[in-house]
Amino acid sequence: MEAFTTHTGRAVPLRRSNVDTDQIIPAHWLKKVTRDGFEDGLFEAWRRDPEFVLNRPERAGATVLIAGPDFGTGSSREHAVWALQNYGFKAVISSRFADIFRGNSLKNGLLTVILDQAVVERLWEVVEADPGAEVTVDLVERVVRAPGVETSFELDENSRQRLLEGLDDISLTLRHEDEIAAHEAGRPSHKPRTLVP
Amino acid sequence: MGRTLAEKVWDDHVVRRAEGEPDLLYIDLHLLHEVTSPQAFDGLRKSGRRVRRTDLTIATEDHNTPTIDIDKPIADPVSRIQLETLRKNCAEFGVRLHPLGDREQGVVHVVGPQLGLTQPGTTVVCGDSHTSTHGAFGALAFGIGTSQVEHVLATQTLPMAPFRTMAVTVRGELPADVTAKDLILAIIARIGTGGGQGYVIEYRGEAIEKLSMEARMTICNMSIEAGARAGMIAPDETTFAYLRGRDHAPTGADWDAAVEYWRTLRTDDDAVFDHEVVIEAAELAPFVTWGTNPGQGVPLSAAVPDPASFADPSERLAAEKALEYMGLSAGQPLRDIAVDTVFVGSCTNGRIEDLRSAAEVLRGRRVADGVRMLVVPGSVRVALQAVEEGLDKVFTEAGAEWRHAGCSMCLGMNPDQLKPGERSASTSNRNFEGRQGKGGRTHLVSPQVAAATAVTGHLASPADLSDLTSVPTPAGV
Repeated sequence: MEAFTTHTGRAVPLRRSNVDTDQIIPAHWLKKVTRDGFEDGLFEAWRRDPEFVLNRPERAGATVLIAGPDFGTGSSREHAVWALQNYGFKAVISSRFADIFRGNSLKNGLLTVILDQAVVERLWEVVEADPGAEVTVDLVERVVRAPGVETSFELDENSRQRLLEGLDDISLTLRHEDEIAAHEAGRPSHKPRTLVP
Repeated sequence: MGRTLAEKVWDDHVVRRAEGEPDLLYIDLHLLHEVTSPQAFDGLRKSGRRVRRTDLTIATEDHNTPTIDIDKPIADPVSRIQLETLRKNCAEFGVRLHPLGDREQGVVHVVGPQLGLTQPGTTVVCGDSHTSTHGAFGALAFGIGTSQVEHVLATQTLPMAPFRTMAVTVRGELPADVTAKDLILAIIARIGTGGGQGYVIEYRGEAIEKLSMEARMTICNMSIEAGARAGMIAPDETTFAYLRGRDHAPTGADWDAAVEYWRTLRTDDDAVFDHEVVIEAAELAPFVTWGTNPGQGVPLSAAVPDPASFADPSERLAAEKALEYMGLSAGQPLRDIAVDTVFVGSCTNGRIEDLRSAAEVLRGRRVADGVRMLVVPGSVRVALQAVEEGLDKVFTEAGAEWRHAGCSMCLGMNPDQLKPGERSASTSNRNFEGRQGKGGRTHLVSPQVAAATAVTGHLASPADLSDLTSVPTPAGV
């Protein structure tokens, strides 16, 4: 995983709540067997509308998405995270994320930042008034900065360290292989098995 | 202090607990399908890792599979490649696979329980959000992303952040015309699509205890639509009776030991939930959605709500956008809404009981002219059982299409899709924009409401059918 320390970029205000993962990447894109090439599928249905915020020329090259509450609900598809990253987003800000989406994002180095809805509203106003306004998401200091806005955010220390160092979860877990083996030795024999010996 | 059911199952699976780290949980059962696994197997290959426990892993094909002409090559080359990729990966890594055409193939969340692999007190994961289904057995079951799929394949464990506990208690008895689907839609409307976020929900109370395993699976299946990590129901005699004798259920002394353990899987009387919701069963009625998220639901007897009636500004905006997308206006009675398509199936309502109840409504009746009805059994076993009971005949004689098992129109990854502007009554779980096909409009309903809707051509419950001859269909339909 690529490390995330701090990022500064222009933002896209997405004034919608309950942006489900079917909107982020529709199901027909899920047939691909790679982790890349999803950028054209990002918000595919909404992007057919030339006025959709992502299509506005002033939003080209923006890297921070500021969305309404309950972002990433629905399907567990990690493709939603890959699509956002393939498109160029480095961070997503919302007052509430669906659990699975958030877990997926942090495992891929896409920083999901939870801020109060009132702060999200202020950020929307700032970046709508000035599309060139830059938003900084600083994971080292756990702070989001934009013109006239500076606010701290929470992220558990374990996730933060993994992101800052770009650590691979599987390698970390395999350091404890002896503990896994010990647990396995104590599992009762009535537990299900998919293969009959 | 006592512990909740969820906490007991969690505690029994902690491999490692350390200050400042998430608990490392052991995973008893890992279910795989073609859509969310290819990149995970790729990851294993790149790092030279193997599947740690092939004996705790099983795969099936469901999302992409066609429901007609399954003996012919799959027409969509991209779908075909994805299925072939799963077959190659399972062969290479030694994972048991039930491919299209196999007797055990079907929607992954129907296959696990019917094989008896889903058992009380187990941890179950799958790269699919509806893994919550398996919580109906008192398992702790949650959907995961592809990175986590790779993690489980390699280590049979997952580092998991702690959860909060929520009790949803359904008091009293459900009215005769209210199904598990109506109940869960009403629960989601009450707590909201984000209301369960961070929680494992335990469904309890008299109404829940009386439900069959199939109905309990419908309830737990849609926990994710309330944003919950998982949904659970304490195992009881109904659970044990369902499991006994199934292919992978324990036998002999193991069965006795298992049941003894399973009986301990109840929330202690002095356990405290972080949040509690109480639902009065008697107040419920058949429930349908009008909007584009599963929380936007009302009783079938109600009207489409006015967005202005929502106090919360983002809910109001969401309602406005939903009505625009759905082509509905505030105040329109739900019963006046005409549909083009009826879909019965999915991991929510594709089990034998669901097909039986839809068939019961359709028996001796006809699907309305101009309405297409698809019946897609959740698995090959469900299909075979339905054929044995003659249900397929009931469907086809009514004018419905009897299809092969799979996810089908629930998400339209195969050719079963709505066309732009088409409207469905669907027994599936998500009414998101475009979920069943670009521009398609979805109303989530129970199998009974789906069948009655197919007969009348507009949203209806079986109760509407008895007086069909004496009451003209509503104006404007």
